[in-house]
Amino acid sequence: MSIAVVEWGDEAAPPLVVAHGGFDFAETLNVFAPMLADGGWRVISWDQRGHGDSDRTELYSWDADLRDALAVLDSVSTDPLPLAGHSKGGSLTMHLANAMPHRVSALVNLDGLPSKRAMSDVSDRERTRLLRRELEQWLDFRRQLVGRERRPGTIDGLAERRGRMNPRLERDWLRYLVTVGANRADDGWRWKIDPTMRLGGFGPWSPEWSMLRLPGLVVPFLGVLGMERELMGWGTLPADVEPYLPPSSTFVPLDGVGHFVHIEQPRLVADLVLEFLG
Amino acid sequence: MTVADLPALTMVRHNRVDLALHRLSTGDGTSRPLLLLHGLGGRTPDRVPDWIDWPGPVLGLDFTGHGASTVPTGGGYSAEILVGDVDAALGVTGPVTLLGAGLGAYIALLVAAARPDLVRGAVLADGPGLAGGGIHPGSPSLPFPAPGAQGPPDPFALLELSRDPRPPDYAQTFVRFVLETSDLEWPLTVTAVVQPEWLGAVASEPGVATAALGDALRGYASLD
Repeated sequence: MSIAVVEWGDEAAPPLVVAHGGFDFAETLNVFAPMLADGGWRVISWDQRGHGDSDRTELYSWDADLRDALAVLDSVSTDPLPLAGHSKGGSLTMHLANAMPHRVSALVNLDGLPSKRAMSDVSDRERTRLLRRELEQWLDFRRQLVGRERRPGTIDGLAERRGRMNPRLERDWLRYLVTVGANRADDGWRWKIDPTMRLGGFGPWSPEWSMLRLPGLVVPFLGVLGMERELMGWGTLPADVEPYLPPSSTFVPLDGVGHFVHIEQPRLVADLVLEFLG
Repeated sequence: MTVADLPALTMVRHNRVDLALHRLSTGDGTSRPLLLLHGLGGRTPDRVPDWIDWPGPVLGLDFTGHGASTVPTGGGYSAEILVGDVDAALGVTGPVTLLGAGLGAYIALLVAAARPDLVRGAVLADGPGLAGGGIHPGSPSLPFPAPGAQGPPDPFALLELSRDPRPPDYAQTFVRFVLETSDLEWPLTVTAVVQPEWLGAVASEPGVATAALGDALRGYASLD
C-alpha cells in the first residue's frame, strides 16, 4: 500500500517528523509546519492509512498505523530524529519512542495524552450499558459498509460538518481544509477520509495504557495540553499527567486553548517546540 | 431459502473482505445450525469432525485472512473486526449455536454478547490463539512478519492476534451482556481445559456453565 508523505522547508535542514491526529491529514499542518520549517527544520508528515492521499485498506489498527509510521521514518533517516504528534499522532509517536528509543532524539506531544477522565463520572452499570449500545451500533455500522462512499457537498457544507467536531476552529480555516482535504467531483466535494473508519468503536484498550508509556521515556519530552474541554479531546488535566512525567520533561498546559493547540495558536506552539528542540 | 439449502461455499461480504462460509452438512432439515469458528491460523475443516454430533446443519466461517477468505493488505487485525466477520455471516444464516475454538472461542463470546437474538448458546473450546497477548499490553514493540511470508493464514493475523490484550474485566463485561439478555438458562458453556486469565474469569461468572464438549453440544441441540 502507498503512504502519501508531505514536507515543508529546506531539504538539507535536520528532519522533524510530525504525526497528525485521527480524521485529520498532513495538510492540516499547513500553517504550523511552515513555522517550524522557518525555524530551521525539514518538517515531514504523512497521511495515515485511510486518510488524505494515502491508500484505503481493508483493515485499520494501531499496529498497522505504527508500521506505516516506521515506514515513513525509514524513508527519512535511520538516525535518531525528533518526533512530534497531535492527539492520536501524539500517542503513536509516544509508542514509537518507547518501542524504538534508538530512532528518536526528542518527543513532542500536542494534546495527545489520554486520561480516564472522560468516563470517570459514570457508574459501572451505566458504563456497561453504554458499551453495549456502542457494540450494537458498531456492528450495525459494519453491516452497511459495502460500497459506502462519503456524502458529497459544497465547500460550505463540508466545512459546516467538520465544524461540528471542531467547534473552536474558524470557519475560514475549515473552508480552506476542504480545498486540500477533499476531492471535487461533478456532484460536489468529498472528504478524503475513508468512510469505513468510525470514531469510537469498542475494544479492550483503556486510556491509562497510553499514560503508562510516559514515565519510561528516555528522550527529552515536551507535552502541551489544551485546557478547554471539547469533543475530540480527552479532557485531561495537568494533575492527571504530572505524576507520569519522565525526568527530562517540559510540560505546558495552555489556558483558553482547545484540543487543536497547533491550529488555534500556531505561533505560540511553534515557538514552544522550536525552543524545546533548540 | 433455509440454511440447509446453502451451497457448500457461500462468499459473504464484510466491508472490503469476502468471507468463506462453508456448509459441511445439511442436517435433519429442522434443527438450528451449528457454526464453527476456527482458531488462530486455522480454517474450516473439509468435513464435520467425528467428535461433533449435531442434528442440524454444520457450518464453518473462515475469518478474514484465513482459509478461503480474503487476505487483506498490510494487516490491521483486531478481535473486534472478527466479531464483524461473524456478524456478517449471521446476516446470512440467522440464529445459530456457536462452537468457537481458541481465538474463535474469544470471538464467540463477543458475538454472543453483541447479537443475543442470533446466538442460541456459545461453546468456548480449546484451540490455537486462546490466550491472545495476555491481560495487559506487553513491552511496546513493532510487529512485522518475516519478509516474504504469505498467507493464508495471513502472517499479519498470526502476529497481531497473538498480541492483542484480553483483560479479564473486559471479557466479563461481555458475559454480563449475555446473561442480562439471553433467555437461555446457560447461554455460555466453557469446555476448554486450558483457561487463560480472560477465560478463567468468564468460567467463574455465575451463570456460565462448564462442561465436556459432547455434553455442551447435546444440551444446545435439545433447545428450541
